[in-house]
Amino acid sequence: MGWAIALHGGAGDIPLSFPVEGRAPREAALRHCLELGVAALKANRPPLDVVELVVRELENSPCFNAGKGSVLTTNGTVEMEACIMDGNTKKCGAVSGLSTVVNAISLARLVMERTPHIYLAFDGAEAFAREQGVETAHSSHFITPENVERLKNAKEAKRVQIDFTEPIKGTIPSSIGDSQIGTVGCVAVDGHGILASATSTGGLVNKMAGRIGDTPIIGAGTYANSYCAVSATGKGESIIQATVARDVAALMEYKGLSLKEAAAYVIERTPKGNVGLVAVSANGEVTMPFNTTGMFRACATEDGYSEIGIWPSGINGDLEYPNK
Amino acid sequence: MVGWAIAVHGGAGVDPGLPVERQEEARRVLERCLRVGAAGLRAGLPAVDVVEMVVRELETDPVFNSGRGSALTRKGTVEMEASIMDGHGRRCGAVSGLTTVKNPVSLARLVMDRSPHSYLAFDGAEEFAREQGVEVVDNSYFITEENMSMLKRAKEANSIMYDYRVPAPGVDSASAGLEGAKVGLLMNGLRISVYAPETVGCVVVDSNGWCAAATSTGGLMNKMSGRIGDSPLIGSGTYACGDCAVSCTGEGEAIIRSTLARDVAALVEYKGLSLQEAVDYAIKERLDEGMAGLIAVSSNGEVAYGFNTIGMFRGCATEDGFVEVTIW
Repeated sequence: MGWAIALHGGAGDIPLSFPVEGRAPREAALRHCLELGVAALKANRPPLDVVELVVRELENSPCFNAGKGSVLTTNGTVEMEACIMDGNTKKCGAVSGLSTVVNAISLARLVMERTPHIYLAFDGAEAFAREQGVETAHSSHFITPENVERLKNAKEAKRVQIDFTEPIKGTIPSSIGDSQIGTVGCVAVDGHGILASATSTGGLVNKMAGRIGDTPIIGAGTYANSYCAVSATGKGESIIQATVARDVAALMEYKGLSLKEAAAYVIERTPKGNVGLVAVSANGEVTMPFNTTGMFRACATEDGYSEIGIWPSGINGDLEYPNK
Repeated sequence: MVGWAIAVHGGAGVDPGLPVERQEEARRVLERCLRVGAAGLRAGLPAVDVVEMVVRELETDPVFNSGRGSALTRKGTVEMEASIMDGHGRRCGAVSGLTTVKNPVSLARLVMDRSPHSYLAFDGAEEFAREQGVEVVDNSYFITEENMSMLKRAKEANSIMYDYRVPAPGVDSASAGLEGAKVGLLMNGLRISVYAPETVGCVVVDSNGWCAAATSTGGLMNKMSGRIGDSPLIGSGTYACGDCAVSCTGEGEAIIRSTLARDVAALVEYKGLSLQEAVDYAIKERLDEGMAGLIAVSSNGEVAYGFNTIGMFRGCATEDGFVEVTIW
């Protein structure tokens, strides 16, 4: 046993040729968020606080598809969603359709703690945000030129894009197809086996207004109980129908699989190119499997292991720090 | 080939003091819906078509809390939600925050069949409804006088009225009967002795052994605008896969925390329990303090109910001619 933390900045068709100018800030952001999370765990902050603060950092980074840097709907707007779950109590909170709230994950937490409900969306969620006095900003805060470009490319290709392709340069290699990034998330466990999970996203590039993905759906993109905490990323529709996050925990509980086995089983059964996840168990284990080309991810455990990566381990360009 | 089976529910948690005429009225609606579903199954319709058809019937009838007769938000408006899942392929569709769509379950079906997404909500869902040309009406169509007075009472008590009742202590699932005469029924601190309508749902297994589920609701009386409950959440209020189909009702927040519908299926799939064992286990072990009920069918043609409330409006029919509608 011991604490453990894992976080992701999205799974998808991250091409191996992804330019260094794009990689460096993302790797730096992952490292920074990991350090924040580790410091908080070492300071004995409850896992629920840890996952929230890490996801806030990821939301504030323009590099990832959440908060600032969210991808755009077909109307050129942002509609953000997030979810947080406390594995100890199974209390949870979720929000969708946010357009002005700087940190969706924190609003999700407030829904959990300050309303009799679990999930608030759109106008009702925005109204709640104002009642609670959370930080809000004009849409210009969230919208980046990269994402304006992505939307333009997606419209030209007449398809819904799950974020990451190379079209910053205006070309959409058809071999890549709909690449699947989006979403940031964090899972953590403390030395007592208390688990928590948090996920946040802007959703799919060029999504229909009002489209809700897997992130705010308990059991799909986010889940935590006494066995494990899971945060998933990829093609929302696939994650919903496969109830990815819940299934990892259910396989551990009902079929007696280990965390790694359960996570691998779920990933294998989801269509290739569609999903990645990070998960920690009550025993302090970590796993970060994905069936996409890559997944921005990082993890650390109390025994000193840590890892930051994009592609499967062993692929050129991957960063690993086996000794911290 | 499997014997087909269909189950319907009109909500978990019933006031034992509910006037007999209201009970009869509810029974009649459920019977009618079962007949509609059975006819569809005999005609060879696939499970997913049948659950949609039956839930449409339940939505249209004002007796239950969905479509017309939906519970009201604290603003006095109706915000409806629904979901549908076809176990054959595990395709799904869901909608939330509908204010003008006459049959939310059909819009959920269109999301599944005609959009690249699984879930649309609020303005975006309403816009999609118009694009698809589904029948829309003024929000006032859905509001009944009965619900307006219930909302008033809920506001006076300054609480949310869950559409269920807290049973007497020690009441177990499925076999729950009328335990004790006048039970002190409390919901969120409020004593209830008035009939309140419930969420509706339908689960079906067709002759090919394919399962499907659909659930529809107006949600909680006096809920915050924008509140989403379990009914549109795949894995919570609704779930269907190759093994079974489940539709839940009751305290939405408890159903979400326990991912109740998926859990029943996971117990069958991963733990190898029978359908009824899985249902009983989920109700007993997964709800903690939450009050809820569910209906389920399996790919083998079995039907199961489970609830830890006093009563659940429910019914089922199977190909061999068995028909049942019951409340307690």
